[in-house]
Amino acid sequence: MTTDGAAQGAPVPDHPATAPAAGEPVLEVRDLEVHFPLRSGALFGRSRGVVHAVDGVSFTLADRETLGIVGESGCGKSTLIRTLARLTDATGGEIRFRGEDITHAGRRRLGPVRRELQMVFQDPQASLNPRKRVGQILATPLRLRGVGRDAVAGETRELLARVGMNPEHVNRFPHEFSGGQRQRIGIARALALQPQVLMLDEPVSALDVSIQAQVINLLDDLQQEFGLAYVFVAHDLSVVRHVSDRIAVMYLGKLMEVSPASELYSRPIHPYTDALLSAIPIPDPRRNRARTRTVATGEPPNPIDPPKGCRFHTRCPLATDECATTAPPLRDFGGGHLAACHHPMNLSAAAAAPSSPSAASR
Amino acid sequence: MTPDPAPAAAPAAADATDPLLVVDGLSVSFATEEGIVQAVGDVSFTVGRGEIVAIVGESGSGKSVTAMTLMGLTRSPNARFGGTAQLGGHELVGASADELRRVRGAEIAMVFQDPMTSLDPVYRIGDQIVEQILAHEKIPKAAALDRAVALMERVGIPHARERLRSYPHEFSGGMRQRVMIAMALSCSPQLLIADEPTTALDVTVQAQILEQLRTLRDETGAGVILVTHDLGVVADIADRILVMYGGRIVEQGTLDELFYDPQHPYTWGLLGSIPRLDGPLGVRLPAIPGTPPSLLNTPAGCHFRPRCPEAFDRCGEMPPLVARSPGSPGHCDRCWLEPATKRAQRETDGRIGLRTEGTVIA
Amino acid sequence: MGRFVVNRLASVVAVLFAISVLTFLIFQAIPNGDPALRLAGRLATPQQVQDVREQWGFDKPIYEQYGKTMKLILTGKVTSYTQQLNVLDEVRADAPATISLVTGAAVIWLGFGIVFGLLSAISAGRWLDRFLTVLALVGVSTPVFLLGAVMLYYLGYKWHLFPLGGYVKLTDDPWGWFTHLIMPWTALSVLFIGVYSRVLRSTVLDTLGEDYVRAARAKGLTERRVLVKHVLRNSMIPIISLFGLDFAAAIGGGAILTESVFNLHGIGQYAAESISRLDVPPILVITMLGAFAVVILSAVVDVVYALLDPRIRL
Repeated sequence: MTTDGAAQGAPVPDHPATAPAAGEPVLEVRDLEVHFPLRSGALFGRSRGVVHAVDGVSFTLADRETLGIVGESGCGKSTLIRTLARLTDATGGEIRFRGEDITHAGRRRLGPVRRELQMVFQDPQASLNPRKRVGQILATPLRLRGVGRDAVAGETRELLARVGMNPEHVNRFPHEFSGGQRQRIGIARALALQPQVLMLDEPVSALDVSIQAQVINLLDDLQQEFGLAYVFVAHDLSVVRHVSDRIAVMYLGKLMEVSPASELYSRPIHPYTDALLSAIPIPDPRRNRARTRTVATGEPPNPIDPPKGCRFHTRCPLATDECATTAPPLRDFGGGHLAACHHPMNLSAAAAAPSSPSAASR
Repeated sequence: MTPDPAPAAAPAAADATDPLLVVDGLSVSFATEEGIVQAVGDVSFTVGRGEIVAIVGESGSGKSVTAMTLMGLTRSPNARFGGTAQLGGHELVGASADELRRVRGAEIAMVFQDPMTSLDPVYRIGDQIVEQILAHEKIPKAAALDRAVALMERVGIPHARERLRSYPHEFSGGMRQRVMIAMALSCSPQLLIADEPTTALDVTVQAQILEQLRTLRDETGAGVILVTHDLGVVADIADRILVMYGGRIVEQGTLDELFYDPQHPYTWGLLGSIPRLDGPLGVRLPAIPGTPPSLLNTPAGCHFRPRCPEAFDRCGEMPPLVARSPGSPGHCDRCWLEPATKRAQRETDGRIGLRTEGTVIA
Repeated sequence: MGRFVVNRLASVVAVLFAISVLTFLIFQAIPNGDPALRLAGRLATPQQVQDVREQWGFDKPIYEQYGKTMKLILTGKVTSYTQQLNVLDEVRADAPATISLVTGAAVIWLGFGIVFGLLSAISAGRWLDRFLTVLALVGVSTPVFLLGAVMLYYLGYKWHLFPLGGYVKLTDDPWGWFTHLIMPWTALSVLFIGVYSRVLRSTVLDTLGEDYVRAARAKGLTERRVLVKHVLRNSMIPIISLFGLDFAAAIGGGAILTESVFNLHGIGQYAAESISRLDVPPILVITMLGAFAVVILSAVVDVVYALLDPRIRL
């Protein structure tokens, strides 16, 4: 599934993070910006600054591809996915679905698009109406899709069976299920509209380890079966790496690195990615002891007033003066592996020479 | 309350020359409207000085209840306790409220999961640390404040003297967890219980806090009980592991024994279900089918039996927790399978995991 | 802080304006509300009524009448229609009774409300909690006039324990002031004790479940210290906001029933009399006074919030 292409060459500020996929991208995001004004007081409020939740993010999502988005709290990953699902409005940039600009599409134009972009939330408890039976929860989107009255009951059962639940349970309420089962219902609800893209916002974070694996496997099966594309947001890099074809690492609203899953662990280019990987202990004592790990100091700064230049320079072991003043653009280091860094790490000789002027100038 | 006839985990206890904490046949049950919840049953283990013992399990496994019970924090009119827990000369389970109060915070201290909610929002940090010192020692407040500063510096809080006057909301999550650790150390406890101390933190901060815990263990020689669901954290920091399932210890042993020679099918399943940062890509996770058991009116026999693909007739009877390999007397498990069978059954696709076939109805 | 003061002053002006306009309009709209008819007396000829109307300016447009009345109020010269006495003087004369009644009752209801609420919460589900719950329900559902009447009959008339109503000035006779007020205080505070103990019970129960309370126990603090320093302090916030509003409302005429039952001539009784005579100026003044008290006390509540909870900034 991993899309593998021949993209190379100098900075691609115009169209970064493009997966050279077989076919047109499902989703194209360019310079997306989501800023929230912070106000205090209801009547005589004053502005207390702007939260730079998402700041100039660009990427594409190919058919049947899974793009993982990881980052620490406050990095903007949840805002990003909510904006893609048009639950939050972008303040800049554009989102294209199959070539059509939906960034500011109104209700009417958004309707058919929403059907194709469905969201699955972190907390299945909070996102399912507690007063409705599972059958009713699933029937609403089915009817929206135009499924006839007589067919709804059958389709509901089929959906439940498809997500690995007992179809006899259509008359139960959400609270009668465990967390993992509720998340399956959340997925079934999203599937009811036969979407092309699922936006998964921390879909397994609230679940126990054994249940987490079941849901991950389910998502994998559904992707194969229905040809879905996923945007998978999570803070757990191990999970994201397992499910994704490509992984975007975010920090304070910006993309730091976009890497094919296969290269993320073996060849992190951005020092932030390296710090993130270093911080995660591997559940294998011997290998864990054998690793050399560089633990990043400090904590992520406040997104209200992010650092100038490269956002990571305040915590970066490789930072120089340049990093404090100039924000590095996202550049391609070969094989669809992009990073925004003045001092990229782990460059193979071939990739380093043409596409990384700053490394050469050091 | 009704300890099993099975011998307690005696071998481990006998081996340690001078165990700090000896828990023997601990059981905790709660009377609820639906019936008796047997949260913890027949739990026996020891913690040595300077030893980090991890209790691993999923929600409902009884790991937190075990830890909380040692602190007397599960005491309530509807709770029933059985067994003993000896720390130094103190009995913890049967202690009177006043005895318990004097031990808590002085001999045995706790670091909680969520540092954002575990500090009282309305008092200054310094006052909260001092409050604990003065609850146990008759010293002047100024001396207690000086000790608070020293403790804060020790756990890596910069400008400790000025920060004494800060309120919790003025600290970041990582700093608050450091405050919690400083507070826990304030009366030089012999035993530190850390209940998911890094779960609420970002990974880079988690790495810092784990490093901190390890250093403190080395410096103070205190025993540590680490309650967690994260096997990565365990591999990183623990010396010994207890795996809990359905309120019972199902396996215990050293780090290497548990990770490289796991005996209980639940342990295999747990190890198999976690995606690893360095694991192979494009493979299915060998997930554990089904859901964790309800602790209400648990059926007789092995609690893992309903989810276990290896279950056979004998599993209708609860297996004792005993050592089964002559070479490692401290490595105990609760499973009837022959060690040779276990070794043969636990490999799937060349790695440890639970073998399961087909889609499982959740 | 400066911004907070400015905000609050602005809202005082806005609220007073809105409430005075509303009150004024309501009494214009009430049938049989024509003040000229009342002022002129029962046997007045139409001509006399017309004269009064012109003399008092009741024939002018409403906004002019409003303007004139407000000007009189703000300069302290407003008089009532029926008795033609200066309203502010009347209010000033009645205020001590009301303030004594409400302040004393407030101390009682806050104190008992907190004690009962806390006891109820820490014994949740046990007999003490059930008993206090029933007591609170009885307190909330007993009308003041019934309770007052019963107390007057038994404690005052039959057993001569307390005087039968009336008000004695604190400056004249402190002991008399106290004995005269014991029954009214009790009658007024019973309802509030019921409400406050229930509210506090539920917030204390919530707070008991907080992580920092568990952490406080883990520190080895005594249960008493955990309850008072950590649980109670964090549970007081909703009580404080209730208290501010209830206290203000009672000062602004809300203690009307208690004043009537115990014959305390206070602001509430003055308001009741003025309403029965459809006498607009006193009603307007008392309403505005009540509104003023509410706005000011809610500002006080905010200040207390900020003192109780450092996360709140003014």
